[in-house]
Amino acid sequence: MSDLTASELEKVRAILKREPNETEAGIFTVMWSEHCSYKSSRLHLKKLPTKSQRVLVGPGENAGIIDIGDGADGKRWAIAFKIESHNHPSFIEPFQGAATGVGGILRDIFTMGARPIAVMDSLRFGPLDDPSAGDRNKRILEGVVSGISHYGNCFGVPTVGGECVFEPCYNGNPLVNVFALGVFRHDEIFFGRATGVGNPVIYVGAKTGRDGIHGASMASAEFTQDSMQKRPNVQVGDPFMEKLLLEACLEAMHTGAIVGIQDMGAAGLTCSTCEMGSRAGTGIEIDLALVPQRETSMTPTEIMLSESQERMLLVAEAGREQEVFAVFKKWGLDAVAIGRVTGDGLLRVKNRGVVVAEIPNRELADEAPLYDRPHGAAPYRPAPVEAPESFVHRAVCGDFNADLVTLLGSGDLCSKRWIWQQYDYMVRTNTLAGPGGDAAIVRIKETDTSIAMSLDGNGRYCALSPREGARLLVAECCRNLSTVGATPVAATNNLNFGNPERPEIMAQLVETIEGLAEACRFFETPITGGNVSLYNETLGEAIWPTPVLGIVGLMKTAPPVTIPFKNEGRTVTLIGGLGTCDDVRFGGTQYAKSVLKTLWGLPPALDMAYEKRVQAVIRQIVTQGHAESAHDVSGGGLAVTLAECSFGGIGAAIEITSSLRSDVALFHEGPSRIVVSTAAPEMVERIARDHGVEATRIGVTMKERLRIDHNAVTCIDFPVDRIQAVFEQALEDQLAPQHA
Amino acid sequence: MRYGVVVFPGSNCDHDAWYAVSKNLGQSAEFIWHDSSALGDVDAVILPGGFSYGDYLRCGAIAKFSPVMKAVREFAARGGLVLGICNGFQVLVESGLLPGALLRNRDLKFVCRPVTIRVETVNTPFTCRASLGQTLTVPVAHGEGCYFADEATLAALRREDRVVFRYMDNPNGSLDDIAGICSERRNVLGMMPHPERAADHLLGSADGRVVFESMLQFLAAQPRAAVSGRTPVHA
Repeated sequence: MSDLTASELEKVRAILKREPNETEAGIFTVMWSEHCSYKSSRLHLKKLPTKSQRVLVGPGENAGIIDIGDGADGKRWAIAFKIESHNHPSFIEPFQGAATGVGGILRDIFTMGARPIAVMDSLRFGPLDDPSAGDRNKRILEGVVSGISHYGNCFGVPTVGGECVFEPCYNGNPLVNVFALGVFRHDEIFFGRATGVGNPVIYVGAKTGRDGIHGASMASAEFTQDSMQKRPNVQVGDPFMEKLLLEACLEAMHTGAIVGIQDMGAAGLTCSTCEMGSRAGTGIEIDLALVPQRETSMTPTEIMLSESQERMLLVAEAGREQEVFAVFKKWGLDAVAIGRVTGDGLLRVKNRGVVVAEIPNRELADEAPLYDRPHGAAPYRPAPVEAPESFVHRAVCGDFNADLVTLLGSGDLCSKRWIWQQYDYMVRTNTLAGPGGDAAIVRIKETDTSIAMSLDGNGRYCALSPREGARLLVAECCRNLSTVGATPVAATNNLNFGNPERPEIMAQLVETIEGLAEACRFFETPITGGNVSLYNETLGEAIWPTPVLGIVGLMKTAPPVTIPFKNEGRTVTLIGGLGTCDDVRFGGTQYAKSVLKTLWGLPPALDMAYEKRVQAVIRQIVTQGHAESAHDVSGGGLAVTLAECSFGGIGAAIEITSSLRSDVALFHEGPSRIVVSTAAPEMVERIARDHGVEATRIGVTMKERLRIDHNAVTCIDFPVDRIQAVFEQALEDQLAPQHA
Repeated sequence: MRYGVVVFPGSNCDHDAWYAVSKNLGQSAEFIWHDSSALGDVDAVILPGGFSYGDYLRCGAIAKFSPVMKAVREFAARGGLVLGICNGFQVLVESGLLPGALLRNRDLKFVCRPVTIRVETVNTPFTCRASLGQTLTVPVAHGEGCYFADEATLAALRREDRVVFRYMDNPNGSLDDIAGICSERRNVLGMMPHPERAADHLLGSADGRVVFESMLQFLAAQPRAAVSGRTPVHA
């Protein structure tokens, strides 16, 4: 565990006006850990935009909430969503680490009163064919996927999308970021506030054990040789218990007897008590002897710091406890009054009547040290800026067919069906578009609105330029949503970085946040909450800066536009035009990684104003029904995008003309481009023209074959089923044991 | 018609079944809590998908002891229509209302995807509106859906025309591609695919509606006394 530093201990003494005892020191250690207090990032997170007319609740609560308009019942509806990481536990114990990651974020959603209706996951692993770590990476991937599958499927929330990317920097530090979204009416929103002096504080859900003690501080430290001994710090999840907890909590909320509620996540009982008290400006007094326990002779510190899963803390209206107890009894769950709200602002923890800790709530929850860590250094770069000579003078008559196969079969771009087929992505019968599309879409049955969601991250771009990478990330997520016809409205972010005490890492974090802030402001997608995961390092090796962004968009419920071409003989139009790319900007592409096996340069150049117009164009085209299919150009560039559009069995004959070298023209990843197939090309062009956006006719769909000519030379020519087989089979092949 | 949807702790397709019947088909539907010892005034019962009681033991192994299953058994014995979907099928098998067992999928992984199933008999209250050999696109989502029975049981199922659906592309290793079977009296159907997830064109397929529509047609043709299960059907 990471203990309090000398200066932090000094601050504790100043707050308490005495020495902390062991329990108090433990409480401060977890609450002031990086994981709980954001002490290294808070200063910079303030730069993020957090408000809009739709934002009902921004950062600081368990999840952000935005208004989505009226329901059929005439009431106002809203969605709550947030992203959380469970990186460290998933490395130590992949199955339970990932499972409890899902459990934790689901509780964040239903503690606000919302019913979870969608989950997405952003995963990062080391390469499966890594010479030394490949086998371990496979085990971690399989464990993480089955953990997510186990928890989400049993709980009954659809896992509707996500992404999975492989880089050596995640060999010793996989990333598991889970996004969840729930739905409710405005009048069903609850907050984690302990209001009303004298009100009972009630503990509900699973019993408290010794699991997960100091999980929050573990998540705030680098990995060392000893980390595998931290397996006991990983919690064990019980999705059935969580399902009961969900139903019981929502039912109890409907009694009207609950005034505040918060889940016990990181730092368990400690965090839920002091945060609820701090938000309400009240004190909380509890007696640990009353806490349901599944192990004997637990010490007060252990009970306070336990991260046992599937537990909630709620404050009920005095005199109405029995209504709450009755609901939990129906669901077979423990519900016990363990204390009450007081007026003195103190967290007073007793054990059989004896005070074992007494700390002011506000100082504990909100007065954590705030560090302005040095970030004057240039952000750490893993690669040179200049393109290698071998690329600059590359002969252009490469075998592009082989290159396309390499890309489609790469871990990053290949179909992730093997993963998402293990997730129930349809339960609750709302999924209009599930995994494998540009954005996932779930309908809200009670309204005529559907929610589109995109979860994305790009560590490679951010490693080359954190600021530009972050802006591209916002643009990409918003483009994904626009491509299915949705208007982006709000975002949540998970910032995965290395050790912030190193200035070149801290510089990555600061630049990323500033890039996100600029782009989120521009695209009008305020950040309503999120998570920061630092110290993602193993043996001094930091991961690439990996911000993961979840953006939600709103659309009218309708059959969704999907990626595959639907009919032969349709015009294929590239909204946004062919774009351009110089040698330096090519170095971060998937082509550079998978085919040239090198990394250099800068991410693709982004013109945010143009991007925004492109998104307006595609939204209009899609919502007016002019596109039979739509797919944005991203990893692997135009050639990969066109291949993916062909996987419904209809290919295309494409002819592009440009001044670019063929490899660059086919595979560059310049943003602001979307491929549509349409029976109304003039209409598509007119809409584009109205917005000052290029719309280039690049070909015609045809049966069973994909052919791409560049400057009248055929570069790519394939039967669709052949490249599709590569795309579909690659991940499974990579996971298969090398020696049977 | 009145459908009752049983809710076990851990059921998670209960609302989906309720929605399909009440909103997509416009019938009345109500939830029946697992500790009820009576089903109330319902014409048909649905055991929905999910993880009853967590299913940490064999799927459905705990559910069979619930008070509501005693009532379901009695309802079925009187000829009442019982549709078990996914976990509901597992519960029916564990309860002895249907023969055989549902094992872990062939590749030991949960599988969620649309599958194509073929209607193998129209001589059931659940398929009487379908045509023989008709194919339906309906999703599966399960980890333990591999149907298994001994040779004698399989032979009996075939002989008695009780294999109701077969997979065209078997997702789980079920023997004889079995996706759904009915009871001897034909009033109890268990199926792994989810017809309630294919009851709305917006979700990609409405092929599953035929199961519910068949039940409606069958019930409509019965005298009320038979509907509530006092006279055996197909006696």
